[in-house]
Amino acid sequence: MSFELDRIGLVHGQGGQGQRALRAVSISAARGERLAIIGPSGAGKTSLLRILATSIRPTEGRVAVLGCNPWQLPGGELKRLRSRIGAIHQAPPIPPRQRAITAVIAGRLGQWPWWKSALSLIYPADIAGPRDQLARLDLADRLFDRCDRLSGGQLQRVGVARVLYQRPDLLLADEPVSAMDPALADLTVNQLHSEAASRGVTLVASLHAVDVALRWFPRVIGLRAGEIVFDLPAVKVSDGVLRDLYASETGMLPTQDNQPFASASDDSADGGGLKIVAPPRVI
Amino acid sequence: MNAATLAERRSALGFCLYCWLTALLLAVVVWASFAYLSLDLSRLFTAESGRSMIQFIVRFFPPELSAEFLRRIAWGTLETLAISALGTLLAAGAGLILALPASGRMGLAPRAATRFFLNFLRSVPELVWAALMVLAAGLGPFAGTLALAVHTSGVLGRLIAESLENAPPEPARALAESGAPPSLAFVYGTLPAITPQILAYSLYRWEMNIRMAAVLGFVGAGGLGQMLYYELSLLHEPQACSVIVAMLFLVVLVDAFSAWVRRRQMRPGG
Amino acid sequence: MPDKLPRERLRDPDARMRATWALFAVVVLWPLLLVAQFRPADLFDARNLAVMGGFAGQFFPPNLSGDFLALALKGTIETLAMATAGTALAVLLAAPLGLVLAHSLSISRIGPGPGRGAGEALRALARFALLLMRGIPEIVWALLLVRAFGLGPASGVLAIAFTYAGMLGKVYSEILESGDTRPARLLLESGSGRLMAFFYGLLPGAAQELTSYTVYRWECAVRASVIMGFVGAGGLGQLMDQSMKMLNGGEVSTLLIIFLLLVLLADALSVALRKSLS
Repeated sequence: MSFELDRIGLVHGQGGQGQRALRAVSISAARGERLAIIGPSGAGKTSLLRILATSIRPTEGRVAVLGCNPWQLPGGELKRLRSRIGAIHQAPPIPPRQRAITAVIAGRLGQWPWWKSALSLIYPADIAGPRDQLARLDLADRLFDRCDRLSGGQLQRVGVARVLYQRPDLLLADEPVSAMDPALADLTVNQLHSEAASRGVTLVASLHAVDVALRWFPRVIGLRAGEIVFDLPAVKVSDGVLRDLYASETGMLPTQDNQPFASASDDSADGGGLKIVAPPRVI
Repeated sequence: MNAATLAERRSALGFCLYCWLTALLLAVVVWASFAYLSLDLSRLFTAESGRSMIQFIVRFFPPELSAEFLRRIAWGTLETLAISALGTLLAAGAGLILALPASGRMGLAPRAATRFFLNFLRSVPELVWAALMVLAAGLGPFAGTLALAVHTSGVLGRLIAESLENAPPEPARALAESGAPPSLAFVYGTLPAITPQILAYSLYRWEMNIRMAAVLGFVGAGGLGQMLYYELSLLHEPQACSVIVAMLFLVVLVDAFSAWVRRRQMRPGG
Repeated sequence: MPDKLPRERLRDPDARMRATWALFAVVVLWPLLLVAQFRPADLFDARNLAVMGGFAGQFFPPNLSGDFLALALKGTIETLAMATAGTALAVLLAAPLGLVLAHSLSISRIGPGPGRGAGEALRALARFALLLMRGIPEIVWALLLVRAFGLGPASGVLAIAFTYAGMLGKVYSEILESGDTRPARLLLESGSGRLMAFFYGLLPGAAQELTSYTVYRWECAVRASVIMGFVGAGGLGQLMDQSMKMLNGGEVSTLLIIFLLLVLLADALSVALRKSLS
């Protein structure tokens, strides 16, 4: 078992005026599964991933990650559990002046002895490792560059490289390719996919672009307004299901390249009235 | 995958040469300071010095809490507050007067001269001023008040001068053009614009002066400081402890009060 | 026949409040003057005038004899050494306390997770220690340490170390909590230790502010070191105290001039250092 969420609820803020982010969400995944979470903005995808990453405590329900209930573990074991979970953020929280190599090496801070981490500030204990991870994402030439000299998409890839370097047992990705063009997005998701497959670890990704989700992930979960709308194998996700999910966005489906979404089950001659839409790009 | 190449290893060094040199220089300077003072801090950590430290500290407890002494402490605190308040008040007035030439309204030469004078006033530490004022006015809180007034005039004078330089000149100019004498044009036109800043600076300096007033007594300028010096010279440690606690209390109270005032000011709508 | 306007007594709405404030000021000011023993006449008391006049008269010319200048130079270097050593010790004391105090480095706050009670207690303890250290003015520390360890610059160094550790610790923790704390939080969530989360996540962004404030504190320490000499902790201050007690105006004026130059030098060094570190 990789993780199990049992009727998870999350309310931000105190007292009765909190904003409800998740309601009665139940998902479980076995080791090695790959899931995509899709849904309109504000659906609660980020909150869900943060609960899986043991970053927030759910206000209702039970969480079990990698076989443990994180909120009942003593400090030392919680730390070890967290070092087995890798989280990729939409806007990578990396100090601007830090070099890419240091940012990637930071992925193993939870695993290395402290003297090794301390020395790596001055001289990285491992140069080949980060270089190889960045090379997988076509960024090897930027190994020693400062992160504030990188573009949005490059910075996102550094964030991915860090998690790949960490070699976690649970990979969580929150909109990991939102700032990338379709080719790079494909490359990145491919790398995440092959990492998960080769090591047999679980991958959960929240994605804004529906085409990427359906192309790469065998299992897709639809989230809207904090509740699960569907939890289906990708092949069963039809246009109708998608339009239900994004209903409030007036029939437009977001894609990575902003071209009309062509799903496997879409064979209507008039293109189904689907319009191009550009979701606001987060750089 | 391949190991890191030589070129990669050379680029990997985390800090530039300049940073290394600066850090090294700082370390040398620090080490030299300790060496020059022949400070052997390891002596602090011997068992013997530890014991004598504990013996020394134990002499301070329990603090003296008799009603008579507490009354004296209350009076000392009042004296300290009075010294700081009066000193700051005088300084605000003097600072305002000195700020007029210092802001360049009377020409460049007076500006330079006044600024130099204000700098001199604030560069000499309050304690030195207090020692000088004790010579001029005798022992007691008056010397402390004068010392704070003189020193703070330098600080406030400069701050007010800068406010004056940044204040919009139009209101005063308009009044002068309609026949008002320059002094009244200033009072009606410029002063209202800078009054909130003067108030804010003065309150801030008062807060700092309370701390200062508490120690000026060491040279005989009254307040809690004079009490502390007196008790310690007579080796009355429990009494000294009470005075120190009173000082701490005063500082914490003033801190909390000014934080509360700042939070109230920041709240929209007041 | 035009209507007559009703006769109203127009009153200034602010008048009452202003009168109250004025009354309050007078009521407060009078006891203030009394308690502070405000007696300007004392300045013109014959005895004080004689002493002060004689003293001030010796200010010019300042004492520039070789012997005294050598003594003054020694005192100056001692003062600088005291300030530097004291600030260095203060940083050593303040750094761990500041790290403990910073919310952004708290693992137990994520969730909140286990160890919340112990974490809060530790932080409260650190906050109290820092408050104690900086609440007691440095000169009081110096006086106590002189009583404990005897005269000399060691007491001054320790006094600066304690007081400034209190100030530095508080400001360090505030700097670490402001700005972008997400990098550190991400590292803590990936199982990193607190110290490494600081080095990799917070330090790159906060380094400049931290060093800038530390250098500013060093500059303040130079001035404080002079003051501590008045209670026997060595340096320029002790020389000044001795000269004043002997009413030697010439020496005092020399020392004052040297002190002013020293403050200018420290100010210039501080500005240069802060600029070069940015």
